[in-house]
Amino acid sequence: MTSYNPFRDVAKPILKGMAITAMRIKRKKVTIQYPEERREQFTRTRWRHVLTRYDSGLEKCIGCSLCAGACPARCIYVEAAENTDEARFSPGERYAARYEINMIRCIFCGYCAEACPTGAIVLRKDFELANYERDDFVYTKEMLLEPVR
Amino acid sequence: MPKRVETIVMHDSATPVIGDVEKGGSVILTTVDTLVSQARANALWPLTFGLACCAIEMMATVASRFDLARFGSEAFRATPRQADVMIIAGRLSKKMAPVLRQIYDQMPEPKWVISMGACASSGGVYNNYAIVQGADQVVPVDVYVPGCPPSPDALIYGVMKLQQKIKRPKGSFRELGLTEMKPRTLEDDANMEDRLARKAGK
Repeated sequence: MTSYNPFRDVAKPILKGMAITAMRIKRKKVTIQYPEERREQFTRTRWRHVLTRYDSGLEKCIGCSLCAGACPARCIYVEAAENTDEARFSPGERYAARYEINMIRCIFCGYCAEACPTGAIVLRKDFELANYERDDFVYTKEMLLEPVR
Repeated sequence: MPKRVETIVMHDSATPVIGDVEKGGSVILTTVDTLVSQARANALWPLTFGLACCAIEMMATVASRFDLARFGSEAFRATPRQADVMIIAGRLSKKMAPVLRQIYDQMPEPKWVISMGACASSGGVYNNYAIVQGADQVVPVDVYVPGCPPSPDALIYGVMKLQQKIKRPKGSFRELGLTEMKPRTLEDDANMEDRLARKAGK
């Protein structure tokens, strides 16, 4: 057994540790300061749904319910109604009178967007969907529809 | 992963900052309440309770890239006795439900529950005989985080939502229709009519 040496047993390990700390300080910081800055999402990120419009302001959705059929979680409900010349919502014969997505059951797979024949429903990148009440998660057509440009 | 990070200013003077609380409730104890709720909200120790794939994202939330420690929640406790918030991460099977309830009952008051992901919140794609269709059938859930699984930043947003809820003064809980801060028992939760009546009378 060697005797106790203050430099070898105390000072040297501390300096060694501090050297590692000093080395790491120079490196780039990996943490994203989330609420203030956000990471760039991938181009194909799928989050909150949006019902889009044509440039003319008409809704792209024609109320065909193909999205509801493709949905593996069965979280989409579509109720279609006929367009008339007085009240025209979409270019086709029909439009979605009610369009509801249960956001809490949705798994954001994007099958609805794949199934949509007109490209009406798309999944955008807003991921901040957490809320307190279960009832608040049924997103209605008004909440999903893109505002008129 | 691209290295560029876009900066977004979250708050202007018109929107309330997360720390802001409006006074309410008891006249003498309002300041103390605010202080206590601030302290509680900024040291939420989660319970290590990963049930499925959401747990991987929960682990990523604590890792250096997202760093839940910035919100005081880095100390994941393996015992319910030392935990404040239970993050139900993953699908809750009917076999696991009594275990979850027991662990919830063992947590000391005040306690909160975050239901993470589609499966824990509603059953998700697993609409079958084996999975509980929403963890709120077993424990009272404070914050639901949708997603399959929610990305770490989405979970951090859920934690921030919970902090906002805790920082609110107690007086406005009933009028907001939120869960009250009292010891919650199994009988209370079973009495759904009472809960619905309270919600209707908000």
